[in-house]
Amino acid sequence: MSSPEFSAGEAPAEKVTEVTGTGIPVRGNDIDTDQIIPARFMKVVTFDGLGQFSFFDQRFDDDDNEKDHPFNEEQYRGANVLVVNANFGCGSSREHAPQALMRWGIDAVVGESFAEIFAGNCLALGVPTVTADQESIEALQDYVEANPDAEIDIDVAAETITYDDTVIDATVHDAQRKALVEGVWDTTALMGANAGAVRETARSLPYVPEEDVPGDGA
Amino acid sequence: MSEGTLYDKVWDRHKVTELPTGQDQLFVGLHLVHEVTSPQAFGMLKERDQEVAFPERTHATVDHIVPTGNRDRPYRDEAAEEMMAELEENVRGSGIDFSDPDSGDQGIVHVIGPEQGLTQPGMTIVCGDSHTSTHGAFGALAFGIGTSQIRDVLATGCVAMEKQKVRRIEVTGELGEGVTAKDVILTIIGKLGTDGGVGYVYEYAGEAIEKLGMEGRMSICNMSIEGGARAGYVNPDETTYEWLEGTDAFENDPEKFERLKPYWESIRTDDDAEYDDVVTIDGSAIEPTVTWGTTPGQTAGITEPIPDPEDLPEEDRDTARRAQKHMRVEPGDTMEGYEIDVAFLGSCTNARLKDLREAAAFVEGREVDDDVRAMVVPGSQRVRDAAEAEGLDEVFKDAGFDWREPGCSMCLGMNDDQLQGDEASASSSNRNFVGRQGSKDGRTVLMSPIMVAAAAVTGEVTDVREMEEVATV
Repeated sequence: MSSPEFSAGEAPAEKVTEVTGTGIPVRGNDIDTDQIIPARFMKVVTFDGLGQFSFFDQRFDDDDNEKDHPFNEEQYRGANVLVVNANFGCGSSREHAPQALMRWGIDAVVGESFAEIFAGNCLALGVPTVTADQESIEALQDYVEANPDAEIDIDVAAETITYDDTVIDATVHDAQRKALVEGVWDTTALMGANAGAVRETARSLPYVPEEDVPGDGA
Repeated sequence: MSEGTLYDKVWDRHKVTELPTGQDQLFVGLHLVHEVTSPQAFGMLKERDQEVAFPERTHATVDHIVPTGNRDRPYRDEAAEEMMAELEENVRGSGIDFSDPDSGDQGIVHVIGPEQGLTQPGMTIVCGDSHTSTHGAFGALAFGIGTSQIRDVLATGCVAMEKQKVRRIEVTGELGEGVTAKDVILTIIGKLGTDGGVGYVYEYAGEAIEKLGMEGRMSICNMSIEGGARAGYVNPDETTYEWLEGTDAFENDPEKFERLKPYWESIRTDDDAEYDDVVTIDGSAIEPTVTWGTTPGQTAGITEPIPDPEDLPEEDRDTARRAQKHMRVEPGDTMEGYEIDVAFLGSCTNARLKDLREAAAFVEGREVDDDVRAMVVPGSQRVRDAAEAEGLDEVFKDAGFDWREPGCSMCLGMNDDQLQGDEASASSSNRNFVGRQGSKDGRTVLMSPIMVAAAAVTGEVTDVREMEEVATV
């Protein structure tokens, strides 16, 4: 095993303290990962090029004609703040979903609530998932629809979303906030620094035979 | 916070340290790998010039894209062939055991882990698949992870997690005739919602759960994620140990079984454990249950009316309206009599030997409706072989079912097994999302294996209890 590339005290990832840009609203509760990226687009061995397939079946009919969907609308090209409703990203664990959104251009997702695995996958990409109450989110969606060019500012550390004259009191989950603000969301580097303690924990478990634990010299 | 539950104990035993983020670093006892979510993780590992830290604690199979018909290599589907070849290269280069189709051990990752005895109580188990919660049936702490986390586990043998709350779901009483584990979990999700479990791990308990065999417990834990709970578990007991004794891990090593049993006993939830929440459900009141909508929480007992969206909580109305339009159902009707075009018996929820046995017993002597295409996709090659040894394949084939090779198949339509156009399916799988079974206009009704068998025969959603009465007259 190669040595960890990160030593204690050093931040292993870029700090994400703030996201600023224009918004794109996608309305509806329980938007699942099969809608965000249909499974047939996952027959790939890299994440490259997934962005174009975001919400594909919501955006195109059987003859590939465009349907009404914010991701098709010219006014939202270049938007980087996705504004959604409740339980967004439910369903499968596919990281292809946030990967597709990120590669489309999304840098942050704001919503009423998120499915856990989806939020975790976003964090692994340095994409904040910020929550606020239903009323505030719906007002933001209305605002973005009326003002697609207007700037939205997400302050991850202060847990606020600012647009126009409005400041939404938002929530960024504790661990996520710390990870993003301090630049410690690259968990491979973070955990790789504790290899000795990992071996110790492994050896303490009755079901792990000694030969399964890599040697200390490795 | 919970105290003294299996979750607390397994967590503590696997905790390496607390990370600067406030998350805990947990050692992973078993990492299961399949072809769809792992290639990018292996790619990231290579980019960082790192190797797999614990290859012996890692096991791979191929299930999502593998054809269930002609399996000659190279696969006809070039993308499937590429993914399979990539997986082969990745696991062989890392010294990871691979239950490939030539081994006779291939199958859906959540079927092969338990059947080979890889899955054991008191383990932490992860896989890049949300239905990893299945393994909680053995008293393991098992959950799905994303690809970047797969990279974490490959590189460090660990995952970064925050501890969650524990909700005990106690299912009391005895399940009625024709009511299965699948009906129990569909009922639970219907009651608690698709996001009711967010932030929680579910502990399933109570008389109705304890009386279930391992297959039923797996069906329940499997769908924890459909209720928003990333993990669900059942405390290990004699039923669990009996299953384990018959697996590869222990059948020739009783000494190992005896050595590990005290550990398994030690991680059971204490009698005086504290939970963050407790929910009680009357198991005796559960009917055969099906979905009427496009989320696994939109369920109704077979004799219950489909709800009027106006009567639902405000936040559920819009989703319900869209779902009813997609499914073409009306409030006030029941799902009984809903016409189907396809019957799918398979998936990590319900494609184990017991599921096939129960469905076959119902199908025997009956015929699939002329307008229905029906298929059985066994969960693994071992399930297939065992079923064939009992002649179940002949029962299904005689009735008009297609008997196929193991894989995820029409649960998510990543191979040729897909709904066409607006076909409606009676499906023993776990998700009825729009587009899930391969066609964006397809309509999925989730139900138990015996309800799928009944629907295949009648061509419509059918109360299996009435069918059985007819059969026994």
